[in-house]
Amino acid sequence: MSYYLDDAATNTLLAKLRQEYRLYAPKRFPLQGRFSDTDTIRYTEVSTLEEIETQEKSTYSAKEVVSPINQTLFYFTPDEYRETKEASDKPILVFLRPCDIHAFEHQDKIYLENGGLSDSYYARVRSKLRFVLLECPVGFDTCFCVSMGSNQTDHYVMALRREANGMSFQVKDAALEPYFSGATTADFTPQFVTANANKVVLPQIPNKEVLNELKSHPVWDEYDARCTSCGSCTVACATCTCFTTRDLHYTQNEEVGERRRVYSSCQVAGFDEMAGGHIYRPTAASRYRYKMLHKYHDFYARFQETHMCVGCGRCTDHCPSYISVTASIAKMSAAVAEIIAKKGW
Amino acid sequence: MENIVKPSAHQVLEVIQETASEVTIRVASDITPKHGQFLQLSMPKIGECPISVSAFGEGWLEFTIRAIGRVTDKLFALKPGDTLFLRGAYGNGWPMEQLLGQHLVVIAGGTGVAPVRSLLQQAAQEPHLFPSVHFIAGFRNSENVLFKQELETWRKPFNAFYTLDNEETTGFAKGFVTQHLDKIPLAQLEDNYQVLIVGPSAMMHFTSLGCLELGIPQEKMWLSFERKMSCAVGKCGHCRVDEVYVCLDGPVFSYAAARHMID
Ligand SMILES: Cc1cc2nc3c(=O)[nH]c(=O)nc-3n(C[C@H](O)[C@H](O)[C@H](O)COP(=O)(O)OP(=O)(O)OC[C@H]3O[C@@H](n4cnc5c(N)ncnc54)[C@H](O)[C@@H]3O)c2cc1C
Ligand code: SF4
Ligand code: SF4
Ligand code: FES
Repeated sequence: MSYYLDDAATNTLLAKLRQEYRLYAPKRFPLQGRFSDTDTIRYTEVSTLEEIETQEKSTYSAKEVVSPINQTLFYFTPDEYRETKEASDKPILVFLRPCDIHAFEHQDKIYLENGGLSDSYYARVRSKLRFVLLECPVGFDTCFCVSMGSNQTDHYVMALRREANGMSFQVKDAALEPYFSGATTADFTPQFVTANANKVVLPQIPNKEVLNELKSHPVWDEYDARCTSCGSCTVACATCTCFTTRDLHYTQNEEVGERRRVYSSCQVAGFDEMAGGHIYRPTAASRYRYKMLHKYHDFYARFQETHMCVGCGRCTDHCPSYISVTASIAKMSAAVAEIIAKKGW
Repeated sequence: MENIVKPSAHQVLEVIQETASEVTIRVASDITPKHGQFLQLSMPKIGECPISVSAFGEGWLEFTIRAIGRVTDKLFALKPGDTLFLRGAYGNGWPMEQLLGQHLVVIAGGTGVAPVRSLLQQAAQEPHLFPSVHFIAGFRNSENVLFKQELETWRKPFNAFYTLDNEETTGFAKGFVTQHLDKIPLAQLEDNYQVLIVGPSAMMHFTSLGCLELGIPQEKMWLSFERKMSCAVGKCGHCRVDEVYVCLDGPVFSYAAARHMID
């Protein structure tokens, strides 16, 4: 069923939901953006409608709800590894857009399926997630979700649209219906963006010969000068999952410490560095190539379902050097076509 | 739900000083690995790192460790009675189905001898498993030779050939392993052989090229890869090459697959 609630009634609803659920939503933090005079919008636990940024795309993706940037795995005492516990057993309603719902399928592939091994830190939060779809008012300027097939979804328990003085709700999960008893019904079904300003044509890489030829193609050279290897693109990316494990001990007591998992990035120098100093990808261009091929070739080659990108455009939004992922894809696709034509593969 | 990155505590039974910077550590454990697999060894508050099983038996495992950084320096300093945390075993290990019953050729360099050691031990003890074993091992110099006594005992059951990069002493020729590939009596092995290559990446690269030059088919060559690893369970992404995760799908790859893997 669909309903309409004004702002005050929406806040009452959120308060009721909070008795059973934790609510995570994009929230605006003024003047904390990466560029001067900009805000940052990131996922955090919320309790009121006013805290939720419903209109603009979030600066960071919803993945942080499940895999935080910095997470403690174990506490060490002299002879024990003690596993950290989840803060709460309550299920989580997370408010997010279609692309970010799709992105959880990509996250799941790595954390729950790769190698037939399931990561318990991810799984313990992921199993509690229920998706609340935030309708996109418009496609944002860097989005290319339509090209990536992530503009639509029916994988949600409830959908929302921001109205002038209230909210429209579509409730799909029967467990949520009781919260709306007595509410005004409405004729609301969420609409999806069906065209973006940006379109991409993905490269068709037919075999390993073309793939390896592409790796040494001059198309990547420009990124040596442009990409600063800051890793902002992968931190913000809805689908990137890589991390590093770091141990530390407390300065007050060296006997105790912890093991943490922190986001890592294939764009940052040293990601592939082996003990002794051997590095496979010493240049920014080689690292950018590694990321792009993972997203638009390797991930599909491994799991045979989707590419590792939902077209959210956050990598483009974040890049201090204004590297556009859609422009990079276009150049990569042209290079592939050139290789195939030249070699006749 | 099982925590796949949680290590368990094991007691160090014995520490054998191999060289100035390498030790072999024996720990009590009921884990039964396959030849060529590795475990994540853990020093709380310092970190974890992947180390190959260099031998195993009833209730114990051995690791041969080169002190080269934060974690390995701590592992190097372990004493009998100390506690070592570990998890695994991980990886595919050597392809035993393809190896058994075939002439076995093993070419190893430096610490690369560790991941083939348990296999060679079994081959020496159970001579019926392989019609013949040809083992070429290279070390930098006489100070860097690992498993000295064991190397001597292998001269009898195997066609063993040992070499040092730029030094010649009793029992050791001079030169890189690539200069001694002619010690493999290929003509006598007919078509029934498999070649294992393990060592530093440059050594594996040139040894593979040398083997190809001798006419060894790609499908008969097996390489054990080393890559940066943080999780060993296919989650952290550090070891990925194309669609391959070295921690899950490797570390052993046939040359036919490995030759396409460009980092
Ligand atoms: C499958 C496999 C089998 C192996 N088998 C053996 C074996 O049998 N014997 C053996 O001796 N070695 C073996 N190795 C190599 C061994 O794993 C490395 O020597 C070991 O990881 C070195 O760790 P370290 O902490 O001592 O070195 P370090 O150089 O201190 O660190 C190792 C890595 O950690 C990174 N690093 C450095 N500082 C930090 C930091 N602050 N936070 C996070 N990361 C950091 C570095 O980039 C470096 O790549 C094997 C490796 C693999 C992949
Ligand atoms: S690669 Fe860029 S557009 Fe694609 S999911 Fe990641 S941040 Fe979004
Ligand atoms: S592409 Fe841009 S955001 Fe990504 S690492 Fe390079 S400079 Fe940083
Ligand atoms: S070591 Fe983490 S994915 Fe392979």
